[in-house]
Amino acid sequence: MKFMLMMNTPRDGYAWYMSWPKEVIEANVAFMIELSKKLSAAGELVSTEGLASPARAKLVRAGKDGKPVTDGVFPESKEFLAGYWIVDVDSPERAYEIAAEVATAPHAGDVPFWIEVREVMGSHKDLR
Amino acid sequence: VTPSPSDRRVEPLLRDLAPQVLGAVVRRFRDFPACEDAVQEALIAAAAQWPRDGIPGNPRGWLIQVALRRMTDHVRSEISRRSREAVVAGEAPVVAPVLDSEPSIDPDDTLVLLFMCCHPSLPPLSAIALTLRAVGGLTTAEIAKAFLVPESTLAQRISRAKQSIKKSRVPFRLPDARERARRLSSVLHVLYLIFNEGYTTTSGPALQRTDLSNEAIRLTRAVHQLLPDDGEVAGLLALMLLTDARRAARTGPGGELIPLDEQDRTLWDAQAIAEGVALVSAALRQGAVGEYQLQAAIAAVHDEATRAEDTDWPQILALYSVLKRMTDNPMVALNHAIATAMVHGPHAGLDLLAPLDDDERVSGHHRLDAVRAHLLERAGHRAAAVSLYRTAAEKTTSVPERNYLMMRAARLSEAL
Repeated sequence: MKFMLMMNTPRDGYAWYMSWPKEVIEANVAFMIELSKKLSAAGELVSTEGLASPARAKLVRAGKDGKPVTDGVFPESKEFLAGYWIVDVDSPERAYEIAAEVATAPHAGDVPFWIEVREVMGSHKDLR
Repeated sequence: VTPSPSDRRVEPLLRDLAPQVLGAVVRRFRDFPACEDAVQEALIAAAAQWPRDGIPGNPRGWLIQVALRRMTDHVRSEISRRSREAVVAGEAPVVAPVLDSEPSIDPDDTLVLLFMCCHPSLPPLSAIALTLRAVGGLTTAEIAKAFLVPESTLAQRISRAKQSIKKSRVPFRLPDARERARRLSSVLHVLYLIFNEGYTTTSGPALQRTDLSNEAIRLTRAVHQLLPDDGEVAGLLALMLLTDARRAARTGPGGELIPLDEQDRTLWDAQAIAEGVALVSAALRQGAVGEYQLQAAIAAVHDEATRAEDTDWPQILALYSVLKRMTDNPMVALNHAIATAMVHGPHAGLDLLAPLDDDERVSGHHRLDAVRAHLLERAGHRAAAVSLYRTAAEKTTSVPERNYLMMRAARLSEAL
């Protein structure tokens, strides 16, 4: 079964991230690299990406001529995807375990990280 | 380069020979992980050379020789590494074994390998990947593609599975009589999961995944040839054939799911049905009835009906009643309720669904909602059915199934 583990951030999350002390940033980067290695070595990692700051995000719709019309993101949007991991595991419990590990990533302050876990469509079914 | 006519023969030949070659090499060298790598390298070398140069006169001997050479190189380098360490430690150096003759072939090797790769201590994903590579002769790249994961991830999964087999020191021989039934049932379960993964083409390139069903059928056929008197092996093979026979009718041109009662039955594979029916009939005559045989018998009753309305539902109900006494699998209880509804009407089926609401294994499952929606629709409670179809659609993780349930709700809601 595949699951997507999402790390969300508030609009100003990236500014907060940029302002962390050097040691915390270093520890965080090292943690993320090590985590990817571990998940890959366990045969569980399908893919992982970090996303650029929502400050650079664009909302796009099709104009009358079909050409893209772009705008900045809505000021009322509260949460943005900062990065994700897609893992292929034997059970939902294992996905939650990985999510809990992701949530222990070193960061500044004492607000806990919450990881959103979503099942990917296409998991196989038992026919019986 | 023009592909030679031998091209199409090479791949199936390699897949058939893979477990025999691996068995021979493992019996010689013991080190399962290293032997399996050596055989995989030999298979890859053959896949590159044979289509170009032709299939050698003794293909199995060719593969064994190449794999043995790889293993000898591996052992030599291990020995020189350990000798260097031994010299430093002041111990006597280790001596390389001498290769005298070609190792003998034992037809049971395939079975021994399956018991190893499907060991109940391995998690299903690992057992599936290892079985397909070590016994099925598929490459890591092919397996990764079929399961839509990166090749490096799948390679790690296989390597970890092999290490855990090595660490557990499972001997390379058939399990003793006491262990055998339990171990065989985990082999059959892994084969069933491989079949299922291919059959429920829920995502990705459909063709790749269909290959998994074929592969599961091929491996189960091999087990059946080795254990012709085992009713459950025959039952599983029959179940796969009878289910796979409907493949062409199961989806529409857009990949949409077509339920059993709406399928164009002329598209069903008559030859596969005949083989499956013969297998399950013979197995049932031998006694020792098991779950796979009963599932196959039910599939056979469906497949033998030329039109959906000709389906012998009383017989299906009788078979599900036997099956329900044999297992507490809630999916069986669900199907038993459907069969009851087909024989005694939707209300009788709905009554049987009620206790499943308290069974936590199935109470939140989309199939319970979908079946209940179906029975409510048949009982004329359309609004309730629409709402339950939608609940089920939201819960399923299969895209074709979700689309089917949404369409069903939409159609019914327009008719309200």
